[in-house]
Amino acid sequence: MTTLDLAMAVTVGGLFATGFFLLLDRALMRVLLGVLLLGHAANLLLLLSGGAPGRAPLVPGHGRLADPLPQAMALTAIVITFGVTTLLLALVHRAWQLDGHDEVRDDLEDRRIGTVHDREDAAPPAGPGEAAGRTGQGGGGRAP
Amino acid sequence: MPALLAAHLLVAALVPGLARRLPRGAWYLAALPPLAAVAWAAAQVPLVLRGGAPREAVTWAGTLHLVFAARLDGLSLLMVFLVSGVGALVLIHGAGYFHGGGREAGLLLAFAGVMFGLVTADDLIALYVFWELTSVISFLLIAGDGREAERRRAAQQALLTTVAGGLPMLFGLVLLAAESGTPSLSGLVADPPHTGPALVALLLVLLGAFTKSAQGPFAAWLPAAMVAPAPVSAYLHAAAMVKGGVYLVARLAPGFAGFGPWRPLVVSAGLLTFVLGAWQALRQTDLKLLLAHGTVSELGLLLALFGTGTRTTGLAGEEMTLAHAAFKSSLFLTVGALEHATGTRDARRLSGLGRRLPWLCATAVVSTASMAGLPPLIGYLGKEAAYDGYAHAPFSWRGWALAALTLGSLLTAAYSARFLWGAFARKPGLADSSPARPGADALGPIWLLTAVSLVFGIGYPLTGGLAGPYADAPGLVADAHPPYRTALWHGLSGPLLLSAAAVVLGIALHLARRPLAGAAGRLPVPPEGRRGYELSVRGVQAAAVWLTRHTQVGSLPAYLTVLLLTVVLVPGGSLLVHRPPLPHVVPWHSPVELPLALLVLACCAALVVIRHRLTAVLFAGAAGYAVGALFLVQGAPDLALTQFLVETLTVVIVVLVLRRLPAGFTPERPHGTFVALRACVAVLAGACVACLAVSATAVRQSLALSRTVLERAGETGSHNAVTALLLDFRALDTLGEISVLLGTAIAAGALLAHRSRRPPGAGAGEAGVFRAAEWDVPRERWLPEADLLPGAERSLLLEPVVRLLFPAVLLLSCHLLFAGHYRPGGGFAGGLVAGQACFLRYLAGRRAGAVLPAGVTPRVLAGGGLALAAAVALAPLAFGAPPLAATELHLRLPPLGTVSFATNLFFDIGVYLLVAGVCLTLLCALDRAEGAGGAAARLQDREPAG
Repeated sequence: MTTLDLAMAVTVGGLFATGFFLLLDRALMRVLLGVLLLGHAANLLLLLSGGAPGRAPLVPGHGRLADPLPQAMALTAIVITFGVTTLLLALVHRAWQLDGHDEVRDDLEDRRIGTVHDREDAAPPAGPGEAAGRTGQGGGGRAP
Repeated sequence: MPALLAAHLLVAALVPGLARRLPRGAWYLAALPPLAAVAWAAAQVPLVLRGGAPREAVTWAGTLHLVFAARLDGLSLLMVFLVSGVGALVLIHGAGYFHGGGREAGLLLAFAGVMFGLVTADDLIALYVFWELTSVISFLLIAGDGREAERRRAAQQALLTTVAGGLPMLFGLVLLAAESGTPSLSGLVADPPHTGPALVALLLVLLGAFTKSAQGPFAAWLPAAMVAPAPVSAYLHAAAMVKGGVYLVARLAPGFAGFGPWRPLVVSAGLLTFVLGAWQALRQTDLKLLLAHGTVSELGLLLALFGTGTRTTGLAGEEMTLAHAAFKSSLFLTVGALEHATGTRDARRLSGLGRRLPWLCATAVVSTASMAGLPPLIGYLGKEAAYDGYAHAPFSWRGWALAALTLGSLLTAAYSARFLWGAFARKPGLADSSPARPGADALGPIWLLTAVSLVFGIGYPLTGGLAGPYADAPGLVADAHPPYRTALWHGLSGPLLLSAAAVVLGIALHLARRPLAGAAGRLPVPPEGRRGYELSVRGVQAAAVWLTRHTQVGSLPAYLTVLLLTVVLVPGGSLLVHRPPLPHVVPWHSPVELPLALLVLACCAALVVIRHRLTAVLFAGAAGYAVGALFLVQGAPDLALTQFLVETLTVVIVVLVLRRLPAGFTPERPHGTFVALRACVAVLAGACVACLAVSATAVRQSLALSRTVLERAGETGSHNAVTALLLDFRALDTLGEISVLLGTAIAAGALLAHRSRRPPGAGAGEAGVFRAAEWDVPRERWLPEADLLPGAERSLLLEPVVRLLFPAVLLLSCHLLFAGHYRPGGGFAGGLVAGQACFLRYLAGRRAGAVLPAGVTPRVLAGGGLALAAAVALAPLAFGAPPLAATELHLRLPPLGTVSFATNLFFDIGVYLLVAGVCLTLLCALDRAEGAGGAAARLQDREPAG
């Protein structure tokens, strides 16, 4: 039977909750901090699922050695998180350079797709099929 | 068979290019592969008639049991004659019709090849592939060059309808293969699974067959596709493609005709389409549309005949298939020739052509008579067998089937007469049309196809013999005693009387069209499928827009909330439902954890409330260090080391970037209710993950893996199991990871160094805000690059310290690199330390490239590291070992003694160089972003690094 460390489980939960909370923010900088915390949380979770702590996995070792597999995975994850963080940071910087802020605003183009019919009613020509049909009947319409 | 198929496709690829030089020759060349297929099939006739079935298989993906198998039995033989024979004739006809048109020739030939593959395929997946290819090529042929809207629309309708049936069919075929345990078509029919899933699968397959063969509500695409040129219609929409569904039903009927609702479903749908299609055909004035509706009707009859699954109906189905291909292709080509000669195919505008084109008229009369079921033509043989088959059918509702068959035949005779009248009769009040004479290569195929109707009708023993192997195969129900024999004369029997009555009444119906016109006008108009198609397409579009409008709000937090709630509901819900065993819970393993955990949680709490950027970054850094300490407590010194190094670097980089951004977050304050919602979602998701952690700890099983790693770490030349994992057990992973790291660094560097044309936003805290004291300027030259800085930016404290520390830190990084095999460390840690040394030097001297020798840029360093790692990974291949394999080397170096190291040390050096290079890449980008106007950057740009 494996044992669980309550303190660590609570820490992981707290890190994840804070990370998610920051991830849901509209400031890209706070999203970045959220990603950072989520990285820590995921690494701790990996380590935690490896079982009870032990001595550093150096062979030949004495006593109970810690599981090296989650450690190697977490090490990879740490370095990748570093890469992701710098990329997000560059995005924050660029957003500020272009817009003077780093707020993640709503994507209006995304929302406009849903209202395609409303705009169609308001102003013809309409969807691609219909429009192509009209030009085709007029003669000489090229294929889309 | 695969060779013939390949020949089709190869020539099809060549033909379009050839057609530019040889407009006619290309078409004749294109006719060769189908002719070869016919010749080959003719050579196989004796074998197949004896009951043999040659089979060839090409293994495609053996481990997945994907085999392309082809098999030629009686049914396939008949279909090969049909698709390849008609294909060759249509291609010869096309030489005169198209005048060039290499695209059409190539596509028609490819279609012939695909159809050949379809009717010989003995593998369910191969069958499906060919099935869909016919849809695609049909789309291309109907659409033409895409200039006409009507043709595009028709092509789209044909494609959407047939593919909409094809996809469920694929599901059905896979299900059938799973149920029967074999992907082989012949195996499936020989040992059909009669289970519940097989029933569902069968219904799905029938859906595919019905759409392909234009049955019932799916019929609309076929008349619409008549905008295609006549040879295309003659081939695809009379002889080949639409026969796909018929073929599939014929293929499966021996195994499944008596299973579930198959027989009532297929027979009633088929016969209903037979009657309604003929009724539609009777109302047309466009001769081609008349033939198209006639085709829909005949396909219904064929499906019904094959679907009945008795010996006699099977025989009738085969004969009718052959008959239909012959007469309908010939008639389509006739209409094409008429249109070519007169410019119209409207029955109301053609007049007196019977005298002007007597030969064309004569062949059309023969083909039409075959269509109406007149002796001594092949259509008559098929109709007789059909009447006989339903008269002796082994089910109670055969009377209804017989009545529907008679009614449909009556209408068929009527529209046959109407076709002849419309095409060739002299009409009162209409001047005679003056046609141009069609050429020999246009007429030849029509004559040949007509001759088929005649020869196979008079030579009925040949027809019966050819149809025999399928009908006599086990599976079809033997109905009549003695078995039905194909013949022109069976004596004065019920079927003969019904047949005669149908033909006579049908012709009478045509002759009496004027008096009956009023009554016909009051009859309900048969339903048009086109409207249904348009409504369903519009419905799908409206549903898609509705769904988009209600799900796609464009807000990132909203999307993330949905994702997180899904995490809470699905994995969290399953945790609640399954209740995995709880591990043995202890409050803590080591008391040191407690303050560290509290520190992490306190930092988290602070991050939630802090609205100041730099402060938040510092708290995040503190949380990172505390997590690193927790790693150490858990027995992961490698992890802790990397965490500390990465955390330091992150904080330094973030602070360097953030110096220029406004102090507070934007937006300043989020909306209150949203904060509460976010908090709820976040806490729920966090709790969910914590529970997951608890249960994951409890159910962990494969500890053996880790034990193996520990036991065999020594073999990799590394005593540190983590390094062994990174460099050996999971080296491919590491290689991928450093590639990703390099990618992100390049992207981040490009973004950071990009200079905006706009002036940077207000509120940036530029360097120089802090006024430096004069006494702080060093007099000695501690760092070469720092001499170039303005005095106010220099620091007496920093420069000597950096001067002393820089080599020492670099040395430490090398130590970590080499010691990683025995102690905590390794390429990652070493590279990060080297990167930090560069950052330290940058802080004092403000020149990123100063540490690199001339000509070496950070990207060269990082890319060189990746190249080295990749080379080390691939090198074992040269020695016949698998990639990434490591060996231990022993070198004798006199002053040091013997030095042993593993080759994966070089891999680690690659990692080291890459990580250091990544750090320098970021540093240089920061430098350029920083010094958009600063003196240091200008100096660095002017002067090569050194």
